[in-house]
Amino acid sequence: MSVPFAKLPAWADYGLIPLINLAVAFLVAGLVVLLVGENPLRAAVILIDGALGRGQAIAYTLYYATSFIFTGLAVAVAFHCGLFNIGGEGQAYVGGLGVALVCLAFDSVFPWWLTFPLAIAGSALLGAAWAFIPAYLQARRGSHIVITTIMFNFIAASLMVYLLVNVLKPASSQAPQTRTFLEGGQLPKLNWLLEAFGFSVRSAPLNVSFLLALLAAFLVWVLIWRTRLGYEIRTRGHSPKAARYAGVGESRIIIVTMLISGALAGMMALNPVMGDQNRLAIDFVTGAGFVGIAVALMGRSHPAGIVPAAILFGILYQGGAELAFEMPGISRDMIVIIQGLVILFAGALEHMFRPALQALFASFGSRSVAAEAKQRGGA
Amino acid sequence: MADAAIELVGIDKRFGAVHANRSISLRIPAGTIHGIIGENGAGKSTLMSILYGFYQADEGEILVKGEPAKILTPSDAIARGIGMVHQHFMLVHNFTVLENIILGAEGEPLLKTSIAKARSELERLERDYGLEVDPDAIVDDLPVGLQQRVEILKALFRGADILILDEPTGVLTPAEADHLFRILRQLKDEGKTIVLITHKLREIMAVTDNVSVMRQGALVATRKTNETTVEELAELMVGRRVLLRVDKGPAKAGDVLLSVRNLTVKDARGVTMVDNVSFDLRAGEIVGIAGVAGNGQTELLEAVTGIRKAVSGTVMLDGRPVDLTGAADPADLRKRGMAHVPEDRHHMGLVLPFEESENAILGYHRQEKYAKGVLLDVEAVRADALEKILKYDIRPADPRLRTANFSGGNQQKIVLSREMEQDPKVLIVGQPTRGVDVGAIEFIHKRLIDMRDQGKAVLLVSVELDEIRSLSDRILVMFAGRIVGERDSEATEGELGLLMAGVEEREAAE
Repeated sequence: MSVPFAKLPAWADYGLIPLINLAVAFLVAGLVVLLVGENPLRAAVILIDGALGRGQAIAYTLYYATSFIFTGLAVAVAFHCGLFNIGGEGQAYVGGLGVALVCLAFDSVFPWWLTFPLAIAGSALLGAAWAFIPAYLQARRGSHIVITTIMFNFIAASLMVYLLVNVLKPASSQAPQTRTFLEGGQLPKLNWLLEAFGFSVRSAPLNVSFLLALLAAFLVWVLIWRTRLGYEIRTRGHSPKAARYAGVGESRIIIVTMLISGALAGMMALNPVMGDQNRLAIDFVTGAGFVGIAVALMGRSHPAGIVPAAILFGILYQGGAELAFEMPGISRDMIVIIQGLVILFAGALEHMFRPALQALFASFGSRSVAAEAKQRGGA
Repeated sequence: MADAAIELVGIDKRFGAVHANRSISLRIPAGTIHGIIGENGAGKSTLMSILYGFYQADEGEILVKGEPAKILTPSDAIARGIGMVHQHFMLVHNFTVLENIILGAEGEPLLKTSIAKARSELERLERDYGLEVDPDAIVDDLPVGLQQRVEILKALFRGADILILDEPTGVLTPAEADHLFRILRQLKDEGKTIVLITHKLREIMAVTDNVSVMRQGALVATRKTNETTVEELAELMVGRRVLLRVDKGPAKAGDVLLSVRNLTVKDARGVTMVDNVSFDLRAGEIVGIAGVAGNGQTELLEAVTGIRKAVSGTVMLDGRPVDLTGAADPADLRKRGMAHVPEDRHHMGLVLPFEESENAILGYHRQEKYAKGVLLDVEAVRADALEKILKYDIRPADPRLRTANFSGGNQQKIVLSREMEQDPKVLIVGQPTRGVDVGAIEFIHKRLIDMRDQGKAVLLVSVELDEIRSLSDRILVMFAGRIVGERDSEATEGELGLLMAGVEEREAAE
């Protein structure tokens, strides 16, 4: 049976729909705030002001966003190949080991700008290595990548605790963390960037890995839409049968995609480990791997959507911390609820408002294009 | 004139910008078989869906047996005596025939009593209409023709006296189709009204009393079947004169380009789908493989093109061996001059969400002419796509349009242009005109003959017997995974039909 529909213009598809979804998520979140007995409007003001009100706040917001861009890109690249990489958390964690090893080895010898490329390579390499095993199992054994990557998050956590407690901790220390890196293992802050816009920043963790994240976003766009490898990744993602038909080796494309995805997740570690804490500590990822899933869903797996989505989640993180501080009725968990709602509306219910919007566009519809949504039913 | 079973007055339906039905008025006399014919997207299914309550018309009125009817859901339609036999059967495969027939019409809380009642009713229906089928058989075990009979019984059991059949012969052998037509005539003699939706002109001529032609959402003509011709109907459907016969000269067969010996293929469950198949394909000839869908043609195509691993067999492509049981892969075969138009256009031959130009290089995307260093040369890809679009008259002529937005015929032209323009030695084609409108069929057939005349070896697999007969120089018939016979292009439909049903083979076994 023919089901005609009107195609949405790109700006509505990539701009309007996420905005509507977001608005609904916040509306429902507002109801939850109301339920807790607080004023949702005041909560919104505190949240926005806490995230964007001062230079300091903006710097924190962008610092969080940096991590989310990396993990969001990691999830998106896998999405394009039809793979759901839930292991960003573990890949980033193990990626941190790569950063730490490079910094511990070279921080007394090299300036930061020489250590940085090595640390990028180290984080990408170990992140990719951590993604390789689930990828191999999926490609050759058919073990579902969602299950294996989740499992590998736990294995990564245990492995890192073991390494930090037994291997990497200086003998004199009580805390399960490496020694603090010397200057050669510390990334410069980006305070000057915000100050150039007239904001004052006292001390904030925003660092040059933010610029690396933006570069990575651009490179991911090039990879997916402008290279033959990206073409093959998308082919396999849309239709495994078409990929087989086109001679795209299934195992190879799964493994290569997951290596890229894992490398991007691993590079997230640069931001907190080398850019902020200057040491490798337990649990430094703090959920950024999972936020990456939300970011990729919301950004519709496109770098141009992922960067704003990551900044949005940066706002939620930073503003949420302020909110929890200002409003006694609201804890940090509230932010998790809002995140959950955003994932629900932007991801799971992504298409909820689409038919209505399509009908709306179609009724204006000179530019709309009719199509056969389903294979013909004899019509 | 007899009373109208169904009368449609000014039915109008839009889906957004698409005008699916334009003010359609139609009168179907009771006790007749009425054909509705038209190309894909002409609005036939939409119209029947409105009649059966899947959609509501924006405007217009439906009268059933002279009374205005508001049909909001299929149950409203059933209550008014309208039954529908869908193209894809709506049966529960692991239920018995009887259980399927009472599904949704159980009537009583306890199955036992309703089954007993249904059984006697079913026996009466079978007797009255000559629709024998074992009520206790599991549906999955029945051949397709009998499953269709269950669908018809289901509608009759619900008291239907107006039956709508949507492309009923798509899955049947010619003999099964003939049997279905006998049943339809008998139902008509018993006073039932039948609406037959089809795109096959021959069926319309064979069985209907009246025929209505739809084009672009409008009903363009209604004719008495015995007062019209196939040519007139085709012209009404397409809006211009159509060449139904394929003009081709005799084949000049050359060297063997593809030689298949003892090929055996199993599916994922280990069931043998292709059983020890051997054949040769020569330059400058079209070899057709006829057979009812599901007799191993799909697996044969996929094995020969390297998509599916074969269990055993040797294959030579242009004089050199191909390891179909191991190392062969589609990319490699493509480089060696094998092009493949797959059966499953929507999932295999195309990536529907891609823009047209991206599909125009699928499988050939590693060629140097599309590369700019490590990057894909998007401009070159689009320019190349536009060239093919113009050459094959693909509409709309926009390489950046999403492939899903092209019609079936134009999608198939995208695949054909991609594969034919590579100048292959061997062209493997599966169901080239499935879901393609009449105008495009003519074009595609002509192209295939052109390929043959250029000295390509063409292997054609199709479930459309007419297509096989009009294009092929030699015809192989597949049944249950084996090639059960070879005939030349002069073979009659009856002869091939028997082979397709496996008759000859059974006789030989006895």
